[in-house]
Formats: sequence, structure tokens, C-alpha cells
Amino acid sequence: MRREAPQKLGDYGPLFFPAMMLIVFFVVPFATMIAVSFFQRQQGGFYVPAFVFSNYERFLSLFFANVLGFSLMLAITVAICCVLLAVPFTYLLTRMARKVQIVWLVALLSVLSLSEVIIGFAWSTLFSRTAGITNLLVMMGVMSEAKALLPSFGAVLTGMVYQAFPYTVLVLYPALVRLDPTLTEAARTLGASPIRAFFTVVVPALRNTITATLIMVFIFALGSYLLPQLLGRPQHWTLSVLITDQAIYQSNMPFAAAMAVFLVLVTLGLVALTVMAGRKGEAA
Amino acid sequence: MTEFLKSGVNRRAVLGAGLAGASMLAMPSILRAQDKSLKVGVYGGYFKDSFDKNIFPEFTKATGIAVESVAEPTGEAWLVQLEQAAKAGQAPADVSMMSQVSMLKGQSTDLWAPLDTAKIKNASNLLDRFVNKYPDGRIAGIGAVSWYITLVTNTDVYKEAPTSWEALWDPANADKLGLLALVSNSFLLEVTAKTFFGGTNALDTDEGLEKAFAKLAEVKPNVRLWYRDEAQFEQSLKSGEIPMGQYYHDVTGLAAADGNPVRSTFPKEGGIQDSGCWALSRASQKVEEAHVFIDYMSQPAIQAILSRKVGTSPTVKRELTDLTDAEFAAVSSDIEPIIPRYDLYQTKSDWLNQKWTELIVG
Repeated sequence: MRREAPQKLGDYGPLFFPAMMLIVFFVVPFATMIAVSFFQRQQGGFYVPAFVFSNYERFLSLFFANVLGFSLMLAITVAICCVLLAVPFTYLLTRMARKVQIVWLVALLSVLSLSEVIIGFAWSTLFSRTAGITNLLVMMGVMSEAKALLPSFGAVLTGMVYQAFPYTVLVLYPALVRLDPTLTEAARTLGASPIRAFFTVVVPALRNTITATLIMVFIFALGSYLLPQLLGRPQHWTLSVLITDQAIYQSNMPFAAAMAVFLVLVTLGLVALTVMAGRKGEAA
Repeated sequence: MTEFLKSGVNRRAVLGAGLAGASMLAMPSILRAQDKSLKVGVYGGYFKDSFDKNIFPEFTKATGIAVESVAEPTGEAWLVQLEQAAKAGQAPADVSMMSQVSMLKGQSTDLWAPLDTAKIKNASNLLDRFVNKYPDGRIAGIGAVSWYITLVTNTDVYKEAPTSWEALWDPANADKLGLLALVSNSFLLEVTAKTFFGGTNALDTDEGLEKAFAKLAEVKPNVRLWYRDEAQFEQSLKSGEIPMGQYYHDVTGLAAADGNPVRSTFPKEGGIQDSGCWALSRASQKVEEAHVFIDYMSQPAIQAILSRKVGTSPTVKRELTDLTDAEFAAVSSDIEPIIPRYDLYQTKSDWLNQKWTELIVG
């Protein structure tokens, strides 16, 4: 197929619909949010249009810095765990028979159909003292008595990795399927063990894909607000939880908006840094 | 109560189900009485279902006014919607059931049309604290229902019922409590003040509030779960995973009646009594119908039906109702309740919220 630059206005036609959708469902709401973040909060009431920085000032404190730091740390940890698990898993999956692959992919897709609420409650039951997995360990004689594994950081992390894992696999899958098998074959012919071939050939060949996946899971995990509440203690609550509190329970839209804008800016900054670091690595 | 459905997903599900239910239930009544109708906002889920089943059809029969019930979202989202609609001259619901803090916030923008008690003769049945007034004395809302938050325990773990809110502070209960996660729905500052500082008046000053916060900080090591989602705590209470905490008296009673090992205790300092008001949006055109509705709902007989069928505590004086002792005990108590300091959540809401969040998260 020959590609030509668009000649007349009509050639841009196919772009019109997605552009409209993007404007209506992303640009306008986001601009509204930025505007609201500068509005004046009226305690005990609502807010009035204004241009004040007080909402941002309130956010600039050690307390919120800690919450923001924790949220970022949690999202990064989830992203790294997911990629560490999903890259070998997906690699092995692509080496399996077509039928087996389909079964696995359908199973993973069905996990996506579960809502965050169901995932949260299921894990809180699995981690409970009265009905959880430690009871199995007691039955097997590994543990002396059942104990609760939640609320804890580990429980939050497990729930979030479980939730993000199918996305990770689905993003990695196309790249791994397309990976030229002759690359590994060449490495094997030259005497590399399968594991060595995986780390010296497959992983570097996938570097861009892995970076992109890390960023996607990171952003996905950053928005999580239910699992930290269901599986963690208050110190494991993410900034998203506090944003919800302000927006829904305190009806403090300006402050909620300011926190959300800040979160978006920090996220974009981190993503930009990652991409830049990736480019530099490539150039070297 | 279902007022505090905590998660977005829950709320959406409730809304969806509520809307589907509303259209199904409202349709025949619209056909029956097209001339007179009223849109009534009720908390979505259990509350709305109960009202649709037990209250609204009888009201339509008695007055000829068709009711279209609207499922209210939780938190203050409904207040924000009403407020913005009123600015545009619209009323998504004529009469809504509103929390006390929402009533005060709505007052600040004159959102509530003043009610005329001359047209609500049953208003005289109400306990004084259930009449919500503007500072200048105009009536903003009339008590719709009330409910209690009490000290609840798992009977397998605690053979003896606790007698005082002091149990929350007992070091023996380390990591065993489930408490509500927000300053404005747990009302634990009031509990602290009543239990240790002689009454909620101790919260009048900033020093008093600081003292209450300091005392409350001692509870923190005992708390296993700060919950926004009721289902989360209820399940853990039933299984004994989290054997003590604060929860709704009526729901706990229902769970116990189903055979679950739980009990609700009115501590000697009193249970926390929270309530909802009927309030009329200033944008509503249905002023007459709204008064008829509020009058109907304030009858002792209707309040008794609500206690029996919905599990709420009556907003009218007890002696006017025909509730038996057992029926009354199932929803209320004669022990003087702890009444939340709603005024604080309006005048000092941001400060309280910040202090509270730092207390439990920090």
C-alpha cells in the first residue's frame, strides 16, 4: 500500500471521530479539572470560581509528600513484579502449542472481567485467619496455627500484581510472538544455554517493549484506590484514596483536583525520564 | 445503613439497579395518577428498595400523589448535583433524604425551600432534634429516619458484652477493632468527648478538639480495619476475624437474627444517633405535594412501619407510636444518645479532616 500525505481536508476525515472523542472525553474533562484546582474552596459549602494557589499550597506538606512517595513506590514495585513474572511467563507461553496458548489467554482475559471489588474481597478472604490459605498450611503441618496475612503491604502488593498481571501479559504477548525464533536458535548454536539465551538475546531484543510495559503497569497501578483500602492499613493508602475522600466525602473538589493534577504531572515527569533514559541507553 | 456504600463500583452497581428498579416500580404509579406526582430521592440500595416496597405505594393510595423514587448516590455527591441543578432551575428530585452535614451545607446556599409547619400538622410529633432549622428559624428539613451506630462484638470471641465505649481503648483489644474511616461518619470525636471529657461540649474549643484527638490516638494500635465499605467489616465481624468495632445497630440485629454470632450493645455513654432529613429543593415546583408527603411520613404510624420494615429508629416521640418494647429495642434505646456535632463538620471540616487523616494514616 502506498502512503500519501493528506492532500485535502477530506483526507483527514477518518481522524475526525477519534479526535472528537479524545476532546470530549479527555481534553475537556482534564481542562475542567485544572481549572477547578485553582478555584476557591468554601468550607461548609461548595466552591467559587477564582484563581488561587491555596489548594496546591495545602498539598505541599511532608504528610502529602509521604503519601505521594508511597503511592509512586507502590506503583513502581507492582510494575517491576508484574514484568518480572510476565516476561518469562509470556515467553514460555509463546513457545507452547496454539491450543494451550488459547486456553491460557482466555483464562487471563476472564481475570480481566473481574472487578476490583471482587478481586479485593477474594484476596481478603484468602488472606484471612478464619478462612484463608494459612488454614491449608496448618492442615499440611507446615504452620502451627492459622494467622491473618492482612492488612499488610504484602497483601496489597499481591492483590495489585494479580490485577495487573493479565494486562502485562497481553501487552507483551504480540511482541514475543513476533520475536524471530532464529535469534535464540543462533544463540543456542553458538553454545548458549536456554536461560543464557533468554537473558542475553530475548530480553535485550525486547527492551523497548519491556520499558513500555513497565510504564503502562505503573500508570495502571497508580490509579488503584480500592485494593489498598481492602487489603492494607491506612499507611498503605495511596494518594488516589485521599483524592476520593476529598472529592466524594468532603466535597472539596478544588483540593481533590489539585492533588489529581499534581499526581498527573509527577507521573508524566517520571514517564518522560524513563523514555529519555531509554533513548540515551540506545544511543550509547 | 446503605448511606455509606464506600466504593465507586458499588455505588455504580447500586445506581444501576436502583434506576432499573425505579423505572419498573414507578411506571404503573405514573399511569395511575398522572396529574399529581412527586420525585423523592432516597439512598440507593436497601433503603430505596424498602421504601418502594413498604411506603410509597401506600402513600400514593392515601393521597393520589404518584411517587417517582430516585436513587441517591452516597457521600455528598447528591448535594452537589442538587445544588448545580438548582442553579439551572432544575430539580432532579423534589424531596430528598439528606444527611445532617449535607443539610447544613445546603443551608449555606439557601438550597432548601423553607417548609411551612402549618401544612405539616404531624411535625409536632417530632422530637425537637429532628427539626432542621436555618439560623433565622426557617425550617429547612424534617426528620425522615434515624439510626444508631453502636458497639458491636462477636459473641464467640467476647462471651460478655462490653458495657462502655472505653472497651475501644482497652489494651487487651489490640488489633481487634473495625472502625469507620472518616471523621465525619465515624463520630469518634464525639464518642471520645462523651466517654472521657464529660460530653460533646468538650469539643467546643480547639484545645478540646486537640485533647480529643490525642485521646483518640491511643485507640490506633487496637484498630485492625478502618472501613469505608460496610460489607468489609460486617463479614469480618461475623467470622470473628475482627471481633469488635462500631457498626449499625439495626443491621447487626438482623445479622444476629439470621443466626450469626454477633451482638450490638448500647454502651452506657449511649449509642451514636445519626439521622436523615426530608428537604425540598428550592427549584422544585411541587411545594404542595412535598408538604403532603412530609406530613404523611411524620405520622407515628408510618414511623412505626419504618421501624418494623426498614429498621430505622423513629423520629417522632416514642409514646406516640405503637411499637412494643421488643420492637423499639430492635431499633433504638432509652439511653440518652450521643448526638454528632454536625456543626463542626461544617465550620471546621477541612481542619478536622486533615487532623484525622494525619492521625490514622501517619
